[in-house]
Amino acid sequence: MSIKQWIFVITLLFSSSLFASPDIEHWTTDNGARVYFVNAPELPMVDVNIVFNAGAARDGEHPGLAKLTNAMLDEGAGGMDADAIADTFSSVGANYSANSQRDMAVLSLRTLTEKKAFDTALKMFAEVIAKPSFPEISFLRIKQQLLTALQGEKQSPQSIATRTFFQKLYDKHPYGSMPAGDTVSVEKINLDNLKAFYQQFYVAKNAVVVIVGDVSKQQASQMATALTKNLNSGSPAPELPAVTPLSKQQEVVLPFPSSQTTIMMGQIGMSRDDPDYFPLYVGNHILGGSGLVSILSDEIREKRGLTYGVYSYFSPMQKSGPYVFGLQTRNDQTEEALHVLKDTLNTYIENGPTEAQLKAAKQNITGGFALRVDSNSKIADYLSMIGFYGLPLDYLDSFNDKVNAVTVADIKDAFKRRVHADKMLTVLVGGETK
Amino acid sequence: MLNIKKIAWLIFFLPTIALANVSEFELDNGLKLIVKEDHRAPVVVSQVWYKVGASYEHEGITGISHMLEHMMFKGTKHLAPNEFSHIIAENGGEQNAFTGQDYTAYFQKLHKDRLEVSFKNEADRMRNLIIDPDELLKERKVVAEERRMRTDDNPQALLRERFDAAAFVSSPYHRPVIGWMSDINHYQASDLRAWYQKWYAPNNATVVVVGDVSPKAVLALAKKYFGPLKPEKIATLKPQVEVNQKGIREIEVKAPAELPYLMMGWKVSSVTTVAKENAWEPYALEVLANILDGGNSARFAKQLVREQQVAASIGAGNSLFSRLSDLFTIAGTPANGKSVDELKKAIIEQISQLKSQPVSQQELDRVKAQVVADAVYEKDSVFYQAMQIGMLETIGVDWRVGEQYVDNIKAVTAEQVQAVANKYLTNDQLTVGELVPLPLNGRHPVSSAGGQYVH
Repeated sequence: MSIKQWIFVITLLFSSSLFASPDIEHWTTDNGARVYFVNAPELPMVDVNIVFNAGAARDGEHPGLAKLTNAMLDEGAGGMDADAIADTFSSVGANYSANSQRDMAVLSLRTLTEKKAFDTALKMFAEVIAKPSFPEISFLRIKQQLLTALQGEKQSPQSIATRTFFQKLYDKHPYGSMPAGDTVSVEKINLDNLKAFYQQFYVAKNAVVVIVGDVSKQQASQMATALTKNLNSGSPAPELPAVTPLSKQQEVVLPFPSSQTTIMMGQIGMSRDDPDYFPLYVGNHILGGSGLVSILSDEIREKRGLTYGVYSYFSPMQKSGPYVFGLQTRNDQTEEALHVLKDTLNTYIENGPTEAQLKAAKQNITGGFALRVDSNSKIADYLSMIGFYGLPLDYLDSFNDKVNAVTVADIKDAFKRRVHADKMLTVLVGGETK
Repeated sequence: MLNIKKIAWLIFFLPTIALANVSEFELDNGLKLIVKEDHRAPVVVSQVWYKVGASYEHEGITGISHMLEHMMFKGTKHLAPNEFSHIIAENGGEQNAFTGQDYTAYFQKLHKDRLEVSFKNEADRMRNLIIDPDELLKERKVVAEERRMRTDDNPQALLRERFDAAAFVSSPYHRPVIGWMSDINHYQASDLRAWYQKWYAPNNATVVVVGDVSPKAVLALAKKYFGPLKPEKIATLKPQVEVNQKGIREIEVKAPAELPYLMMGWKVSSVTTVAKENAWEPYALEVLANILDGGNSARFAKQLVREQQVAASIGAGNSLFSRLSDLFTIAGTPANGKSVDELKKAIIEQISQLKSQPVSQQELDRVKAQVVADAVYEKDSVFYQAMQIGMLETIGVDWRVGEQYVDNIKAVTAEQVQAVANKYLTNDQLTVGELVPLPLNGRHPVSSAGGQYVH
């Protein structure tokens, strides 16, 4: 055993003994919802997330449908209207929220565990999830609000860039449209579309229930049952199609009256279950995923003062999510910034990180593990991810070990195979204001 | 007037108050140290708060507190530029800083064993900063880019900046935290050095530590690293009181945009500026803000968004904890097909109702239940707990006032809400700002990319 290996073993022991991850319990309800539970008795509160595989990737011919469905659930349920539902939650200080992105449609409840609050909030939450009435009067309003939001997007260079980026990168793939849809599509969506969408996707076998807080396992089990028993059992959402990478470089320039140009560059990245997940994740952390200490930040902000912030990230999803690079810079510096960005990426793909950079990144990621699970809400988010993407229950326990196992050679190999600087999509928005 | 429901809530809340485990120390050099124990996770948040911010500045150097915040990462007698960030990262930590009107603060989040790394380097940059002119030139560009991104290219933020400049005449809240662009472009190294010398000293700082720590051990560490630092003679701020507003002020900002936007702000007293005998007033305004905009069951959501459908989105906010008198603000976007004038009319009608009729018991109970619950939820975040203590101490308010927030809200009556509506929400104290969209359409040709997404 060489000295290097020794150090490695010691690091492993160090990391596993130092950071205890939360104790996750997992079971499936009678009608097929998967439950993930962590007991956190320190505060008299509980967080519940219900995650359906019912995001915009399921929109089909109706971009915006998933988001509208998700937003309509608390507009009427179990014989109550929007006002009565809102009153019920707020009368006991409970927070309800709904959110829908490309993969996940999430319904969340945060409530006190004091009996009256808990019983009231939970009962209302169950009604919203399982007995939404989709009132027409709300639908018309929610639709108008979404149309207003879509109009508002057009005054934001970042929103314009993001929309164009996804459209060009994914083309006809379900990830190609925005969760908010577009004006033409949203105008056409009707209540029957929503009801059909709900019937198909808001079903127990397509749901993950996450519970974190001051409740026993028995209570959690009762909660999960109460929340899902009135849902149809249904079936899991079908698998999404594979993503085709871009075959050649593409640049889209959208003039906009702003003083900066928003630069978004990228390609197809990876899925949650990607075999290269850890080399790519750690590799990107060093390149552009670690804020002020990343290589990109050093080159573009620290050395040249060209931007307030430059970043790169993989967005791992059910199917390959994007690998994105982004920054904003004064219009007349666009070319220079883009040049440095591409140059830095090329050099990194060619040479990979140094041993010192990798070591620093591992210390940052593994040493910061405790910070990533230091609150109920963060733990609930991790459970949602683990449950939704079917990651192993020891995902958090083994996370540091997997990060520590990545070598410089692994990163170089993964970046060379997976990141194609010569086939990037670049979207530029700006340039009109001096 | 205590009914059974209220007593139940009260009893429920008591144990949480007892849990608040805070220790307070002052070092010989005047540095204040506040430690709050939270043993839920093996982490610690360390924050250093300086009593300086944009409201301490004057014309010509606006934004210099924020510029100095950036330069605090650019090296000391012992550290190269950006080295502090690397040290924290290699210790598994996160760090950043923020500047407001009334404070500048620096923070690290770390595993509890690494607090020493924070103290050692924060103490170093409290007195040993180096302002290198070349580094300043680069960082000035970074801050200019930050301003373009946050304000110049963001029509709603631009309106907010001009709105504050119109609402405040002699108060320093007239000026933006990030500073005017021409000031940013002309900071000199000597300006930064003078500002640093003037405000960065142990006797002008509060260190807040929250997490899985023992107060004794934290104190020992603080003595070791911050203890040897020399105090500074800190200048007394001139009061810079806002002149009495004599009539409504209205401004327009025209900018490339798609949606109009309306802001209305009334001058109000904050906890720091209210007369002692009226100490309840800022809390009554707080309740009033929640009656209008405390979530989905509040009046704005119910009446303006759902019933009248005059607002697409709308919010209200009170300035409870500001160092100087500040604004009660309402801002919103008209619903599709409605005008700014219609939205304004609906808001004024809401204000009139608050003036003429007391709010219902049910609404009051709802606000109070939410506040009680939020006080529990806030404890899920170690960072937030530290923020609250540091911010209060830095604007000159005892951190315990934060702990008393729930009780102060619970004490507010419907009559008091009505009274502050009548006293403060008057036309003579009102500033109205409107974002008037300049067309984006036609300014950018449809690209060859085509399709419905191209603007």
